[in-house]
Amino acid sequence: MGDFQARFYLNFIKDDRWTYIWNGLLVTLEVTLFATLIGILLGFLVAIIRSTHDRTGKMKLPNGVCQIYLTVIRGTPVVVQLLITYFLIFGSMKVSKVLVAVLAFGINSGAYVAEICRAGIMSIDIGQLEAGRSIGFSYAKTMWYIILPQAFKNVLPALGNEFIVLLKETSVSGYIALHDLTKGGDVIRSRTYDAFMPLIGVALIYLAMVLGFTKLVSMLERRLNQSER
Amino acid sequence: MSDNVLIRAENVRKSFSGKDVLKGIDLEIHRGEVVVIIGPSGSGKSTFLRCLNLLEVPTGGHIFFKDVDITDKKVNIDLHRQKMGMVFQHFNLFPHMDILRNMTIGPVKLLKKSEEEAEKYAMALLERVGLADRAHAYPSQLSGGQKQRIAIVRALCMQPEVMLFDEPTSALDPEMVGEVLQVMRDLAKERMTMVIVTHEMGFAREVADRVVFLEEGILMEQNDPVNFFEHPQNERLKSFLGKVL
Repeated sequence: MGDFQARFYLNFIKDDRWTYIWNGLLVTLEVTLFATLIGILLGFLVAIIRSTHDRTGKMKLPNGVCQIYLTVIRGTPVVVQLLITYFLIFGSMKVSKVLVAVLAFGINSGAYVAEICRAGIMSIDIGQLEAGRSIGFSYAKTMWYIILPQAFKNVLPALGNEFIVLLKETSVSGYIALHDLTKGGDVIRSRTYDAFMPLIGVALIYLAMVLGFTKLVSMLERRLNQSER
Repeated sequence: MSDNVLIRAENVRKSFSGKDVLKGIDLEIHRGEVVVIIGPSGSGKSTFLRCLNLLEVPTGGHIFFKDVDITDKKVNIDLHRQKMGMVFQHFNLFPHMDILRNMTIGPVKLLKKSEEEAEKYAMALLERVGLADRAHAYPSQLSGGQKQRIAIVRALCMQPEVMLFDEPTSALDPEMVGEVLQVMRDLAKERMTMVIVTHEMGFAREVADRVVFLEEGILMEQNDPVNFFEHPQNERLKSFLGKVL
């Protein structure tokens, strides 16, 4: 036990090493949060375009663009996308690494959110669209008032899952030397030559965040479901 | 065109992936008239009804609603649909809204009525169909017959000039058919213009001013209900009535 205390002290207390973890955690949260926002906005837009195309045959060109986006993003590893964003797209520019990570992960997440949302929209019976249109709502208003609220409820678990995946995926940010949570633990390891404490510590923090968020989603889900029972 | 004509279908054609479902149908619906469309399944009667408010866009021909050609692409169909209520076989209530909201969302968002005004009107309609106590229930809590009655009054909330019914009782358990037909019967008595696709022959005979027989996308015969059912002329109609009556 004395050994544990000594290692805990060495890895987290001595020289304020916990600040690597803390600052890394803040970066991880920052990147995840803003990437999620971009992902949802982008995914939502793509889903609307794609489902409108599927249902009405309109928007051929935007749909084509979306399909290329989905194919490229889903067909290549996120680490490669991150590196391309950093070294090729912003290669000659001085931009913050956080911004690079936010954009890369956001654009990546958008592709997955898009397919989740599209599936959600397509899962709503076509009769709902027809009922909305027959009352006199335009296609856009029918989507807004009738289809999307129902679709959102259906895709909430999948969206929550995508958020969790994204949170964990940001752990590869170290590839562009961004000091996120994972990198923070790794820095400590390289200083103390103790792999166990910092890495298990980092893992536990990820786990705690995922558990907390899972709980949040299931609470929201229950509240949304109340209306129908 | 006579002032009395509310909807005029002119040589309406519709084909789905090369298959002709409607082969040129002409029909006039007059104000205050109840027109019942019957025919074997696959005859195109539902498709024709859905063409009247352009839920299906005709491949050819024209639909005039109050002398406006609504098949013209320049026409804002949403505005005309506000005046054409529609009731579906599968009710299509909005499951995420309570009954009152189902009824008021159209008037509030489209007709720019105040919430109070729309709710007052909706409650009066609910009262009429005996469902006022379910105003704050959700669709999943209602029986099929109740859902369909709500679907009818939801359409009425928009104060339409014509009501289109697409097999309104076909998805109902037999014991619930009567309550829905009663609501429609009351509407007919108030001289609401109605176009009804149904398999309920007894109801057609009782309520219709005119009965139309469609088969294979062609309007085979139309007549007042007595002559339609007692003295059918068309051979196909004779054999159809022989099977269903």
